[in-house]
This record gives sequence, C-alpha cells and structure tokens, in this order.
Amino acid sequence: MLSYLRPAFLMLIIMTLLTGLAYPLAITGIGQLAFSNQANGSAIALNNKVVGSELIGQAWSSDKYFWGRPSAAGKGYDAAASSGSNLGPTSKALMERIMADVKKLNPSNGANPLPADAVTASASGLDPHISPAFALLQIARIAKSRGIAEPQLSALVATHIENPVLGIFGEPRINVLLLNLALDGLTSPNG
Amino acid sequence: MTFVGWSQIVILLTLVTLGSLVLGKYMAAVFTNKPTVLAPIVGPLERSINRLAGVSLDGQSWQAYALAMLAFNAVGFVVLYGLMRLQGILPLNPQGFAAVSEALSFNTAMSFVTNTNWQAYAGESTMSHFVQMAGFTVHNFLSAATGIALAVAFTRAFARSSASTIGNFWDDLVKSTLYVLLPLSIIVALAYMALGIPQTLQGSVVATTLEGVQQTISFGPIASQEAIKQLGTNGGGFLNANSAHPFENPSAWSNYLSIFAMLVVSGAMPFMFGNMVGDKRQGRALFITMGIFIVVGTGLVYWAETAGNPIIQALGVDPSLGNMEGKELRFGQAMSALFVVATTGLSCGAVNAMHSSLTPLGGLVPLFMIQLGEVLPGGVGSGLYGILVIAVLTVFIAGLMVGRTPDYLGKKIEAKEMKLAMLALLILPLVILGFSAVSAMLPAALSSLANAGPHGLTEILYAYSSAAGNNGSAFAGLNANTDWYNVTLGISMFLGRFAYIVPMLAIAGSLAAKTKVPASSGSFPTHGTMFIALLTGVILILGGLQYFPSLALSPIVEHFQMLGGQTF
Repeated sequence: MLSYLRPAFLMLIIMTLLTGLAYPLAITGIGQLAFSNQANGSAIALNNKVVGSELIGQAWSSDKYFWGRPSAAGKGYDAAASSGSNLGPTSKALMERIMADVKKLNPSNGANPLPADAVTASASGLDPHISPAFALLQIARIAKSRGIAEPQLSALVATHIENPVLGIFGEPRINVLLLNLALDGLTSPNG
Repeated sequence: MTFVGWSQIVILLTLVTLGSLVLGKYMAAVFTNKPTVLAPIVGPLERSINRLAGVSLDGQSWQAYALAMLAFNAVGFVVLYGLMRLQGILPLNPQGFAAVSEALSFNTAMSFVTNTNWQAYAGESTMSHFVQMAGFTVHNFLSAATGIALAVAFTRAFARSSASTIGNFWDDLVKSTLYVLLPLSIIVALAYMALGIPQTLQGSVVATTLEGVQQTISFGPIASQEAIKQLGTNGGGFLNANSAHPFENPSAWSNYLSIFAMLVVSGAMPFMFGNMVGDKRQGRALFITMGIFIVVGTGLVYWAETAGNPIIQALGVDPSLGNMEGKELRFGQAMSALFVVATTGLSCGAVNAMHSSLTPLGGLVPLFMIQLGEVLPGGVGSGLYGILVIAVLTVFIAGLMVGRTPDYLGKKIEAKEMKLAMLALLILPLVILGFSAVSAMLPAALSSLANAGPHGLTEILYAYSSAAGNNGSAFAGLNANTDWYNVTLGISMFLGRFAYIVPMLAIAGSLAAKTKVPASSGSFPTHGTMFIALLTGVILILGGLQYFPSLALSPIVEHFQMLGGQTF
C-alpha cells in the first residue's frame, strides 16, 4: 500500500502547486492587468466614492428612487450573504410574503396585475435588474416625490432598457442602480 | 414558451455538439499517445511531473488501477479535511474565518473529492481564499481528472483484446489535467473575467449607496474557480447563490458560456469512446441517447415554469414572465430551464435558479434526471462509464429477448459482468431511498425542513439523490448543515462514487481480458435506432421502477395540490 501512498501524496502536492496556486494566481495577475474593472467587482464610483457594483442589486426604500425586486439575501440585498428564499410553490410563507408586496405596490397600479419580478425574490437575492413593466409602474410615485413630469421619467426608463442581443440572447431588463444614478443626474442641478 | 426561447436552446445545443465532436477526437488522440497540438508545450511539463512524483507509467491491472485511484483520493480527502480544520492559522484569509467544524469539514471534503460539490455552507461567510484555491479548486481539477481517467480505462476494456492491463492511473490523471482541463479552464477563466466575473485576492469592498446605506460586497478569486467548476462538472460555487450570483454569472453571455462549458467535456466523452474503440457510430449512439433526455427534460421544465404557479397568479400577479420566484431576470425562463436540466443530467450541480422554488413538475425533472443515474450526459468521465454499464445491461436484456449470448463491441457479456453491473446499479437506490426513509421519520432530520407538506419530502429525497448521484445541487430549503445531514450525506457521496467505481473497474478488468470476437450476422448492432430506443427505455424503466413511488408522494402530489390552490 505504501508504494501507492507515496506517489499519491507527491502527486497531490504537485497538482496543488499547479492548479491551486499557479493557475489562480496567474489568472489573478492577468485579470488585474487586462480586466481591472471587472476583476475588482465592476464598482461604480461617484465623486471618488464607491456607490455600489454595476452587477450587484441594492436595497432601495426612498420614494425618490426606483426599487429592485424583493430579496432573500440576509435582511435584503446583503452582498455578503447571497441567497434565494427557497420557498416552494405551495408554501404558505411565500404566499403571505407575495400578498404583502402586492398590497404595498397596488395603490400605484390600480387593479392591473403586477409584473412577476416585482413580487418574487430572485435566486441570488442580488438581482441588479427589474423588468421594464416594473420600472414603469414606479414612475407615478417617483414623479410625485421628486416633482418631475411623468413623460420625462418614461423617456429615461426607455433609454435604460437593455434589449436582447440580436433579438435572441437575454431578456429585456433595466439595471436599477444605473437608472437611479441617471435619475439623480436629471435633478441634481436643482438639488 | 417562445420561439426566441427555443432558438436560444437549439443554438446552444448545436454549439455543444460541435464542440464535443472536436474535443472528443482530440481526447482520443491524447489518451492513445498520438501527437496533439499541445504536446510540444505540455509534454515537457508532463514528463517532469511524472518524474517528480516518482510514478511508474507501466500498464496496470484493474486492481492496481483501482488501488492507485483510491490511494490518491484518500490522501486528497485527508489533506482537504486538514486544510479546513486549520483554516484559522493558514494564509490568504482576509475575512478572518475560523476553523470549519468537524462534521462540516468531513462532509465538504468528501463532497469535493467525489466530484459532488454538495455545499452545506455559504462560501462567502465560511471559507478563506486559501481553502477555496488550494483546496476546492485543486479538487475541482482532480476529481474531474479522476473521472476522465476511469472512463478512459473503461473504454480500453472494449478497445483491447485479451489484455491484462487497462492503462495507468497516474498517466491518465496527469494527461486529463494537463491536456484537457487546465487549458480549457484558462480560456474560460479569461472569457469569464472579460464578461465581468471578479478575480482578486481581496475579500470584499464596502459601498455607500445613494441612500447612504453601507453595503459590504464579498468577492475573491472567483473566475479561476468558476471555470473549472463548470468544465469539471463540479458545481461547487465560490458564493452561496452559485451560478445565480451576479459575480459568478453576470450576464446572458456568461450564462451561455457556463452551460456550454459544463456540457462540452461530458459531451465529448462518448465521441472519445467511439474514436478509441474504432467505431465512431458507437459513440454517436450514446451521445444521441443523452441528447434525447436533455431536450425532452428542458422542454418539460421550460413548459412548467412558463405556465407558472396559479396560486401566485390568483394574488394579482401577471403570468407573462412565468414563475419568477428564485430566478434571475437576466437569464430568462428558457436559459434557466436548460441550465436546470443540464446541471442535473450532468453531475454538475451548479444552479442559476433555486431548484426549491421551481414549480412541482419543474422540480420533478431535475430530481428524476439525477435519479436516472447521472448519465445524461453525466459527470466528466463518470457519465461515460455510467452509461456503458447500462449499455451492457441493455445488450444483456436484448440477448435474453432473442435467446443469444449477448455481446457489446465484440466482448461477450456473461454472468460475472452482469452480477457486477447489478451491484453497481443497486448502490444508488439503496442509498437514496434508505437514507430518505430514515430521515422522513427522524425528528432531528425533519427539523431541518423549511417547507412543510410534500415539498418537505422532496427536499429530503433531493438531498440524498444529489449526494449519492454526486450532483451537488440542492432543494436548498433544507438546512443541511447539521450533524445528521453532514454525516449521512457524506456517506452517501462516498458510496455513490466509490462503491460504484470499484465494481465498474472489475467489469473493465474482466472485459479487457476477453478476446474480441468479430461481429457476425447474429450480433445485435449497438449503433442504430433500435439500440438507442432500447437504451432509452432501459434507463427510463430502471429509474421509474426504483423511484416512481417516492416521486408520487412528493412532486407529483404537490403538483395537484398547487392546481387545487392548497398551501402548507
């Protein structure tokens, strides 16, 4: 048996050096040189301060901003504790949560059915996107709290829709952080 | 379901088929020591590694091959366990994580050594960069390379005639890593970084949002691990949400690449087999059988998820997006469905949607795909030797029907091979149903459930299926980080891998020793439609007979309860 264990142990050490250290460190080196923005988390800075990552959703509670989807990551959009709700299709807890969200959003929507992403938690709890329908639904609230005309907001939303590449790959969606940054850009001259 | 959705699926599966053809031919050349494009660069490295490790490259009997494989995996397990237990005093630990508990270390070490990558922990809050790199990334390579090596050895049993050896484990292991997994990983990791996946030795960045709230964003050397996680059908994510996390899978493109990467090596294995046994049609028949299950399964999940959940729709939610609980907007229903089926048809276990929140029928498909034996197309290597064991059973059944001694590729299939094949095939149901039954009655096990009713039983059944099938995906409502689940799931992973491999290698040894007889008019052809239909039937009947009663009590009954509007 020892004749097998000795090469096994040596092989493990060699492979660890190669695939566990040389490989990830080399990739890290290339990444930091060639893709430094992506390799460091696609951070977005405003006035030299990091306000978030383009890829990671955030919790929004102010009426002045577009909100993201419900989140089951930590207490909501905890980017150090990604998670879905893992509630099943016949879960009472899931239905109660959805009912509460429907109630919260319905005044702005009248009796129309709500877009599904507005009341469902994403898989990671960090989904940075919402559907165009969910964005349009929030316009009345934001227009009122910021004192901006609704058509101006609709136009802003329209320019932020990311369409499928070649009409096939991906789904139409809007990045909430980028949209909210543009929203602040609209009104910043007047405060 | 939409035309655009199906277009995405069809284009991707076409690309996978083309990639598999090319890679299969290349791998056959690698393992038969023919010159390849990489040989001038990799050859010297290969020779120095073999010299440094002091291995002999002589042909091994099946027993010697098995012992070398077991010794290597045993050492790997012990070292990985030690790394986690000593995490607190090891370097590259920017978040200062403490040592991992005994039960969780046992479970996790077993998980990564067996290519399962079941994760009872959340990566971003438990494991240091050192453990992720020098532990997990290494075993992502080595468990996949072990799988490929075993599949190559099993292939030689059919390719050789009257042979006493089935190859050399060390040679196959090093070749799998250097010629196949490492070069592909480098390419995919570079593409991943370009698409937005982080690769840094920092632990996290703190952002202050526009509303003035602090958000700590965890990351690390993710791209390098993500590449081999998909290519090696490992599936163990750097972060808790796995391939649903925007840092593991930032866009529709990275999702496309992820599905391609997880399918292509396993898809190449049957073509490699065809090339090595000198009859490409044999490999093609196996590939088509695997493809049938992937396409039909994807269609089912896609349909069930776009139809959505009537209980949610009744609350005033627009059904047009389908069931969005536990799904990311950037992937869409079609590419989520294909990911769900690919990751369970393979023994990958990466997830880009939370399986626990799928509709009952959408969740039934991945569970059943795992239970069918992880051969569709299965883990890298393990899928090929898995489906070959079932193919041997299929020709035996065909032989019984017409009353002739069955043979597969000129090798007579006799009582000894059949006994060993049945032994291997019975391990999975024994482990899955046995442990599930005990857990369904044990209060300590039931307290881990997050969902009541039939969904709870599905969570348990899925956990043991995933562990024994070396898949690693989860119905993650189950809190599996308890002593009971850590230990029993660890045992399930061990049995599902090694209790299958040893009889399989014994079959290889027995077949290699037989003399190849040329095909006669009485031989049953194993490359045509008839064989594909029989093989498909045997896979379905085997799986159905073993698991249908338990499935009827879990996802199937839940489906009707959902239609009836019942909640738990």
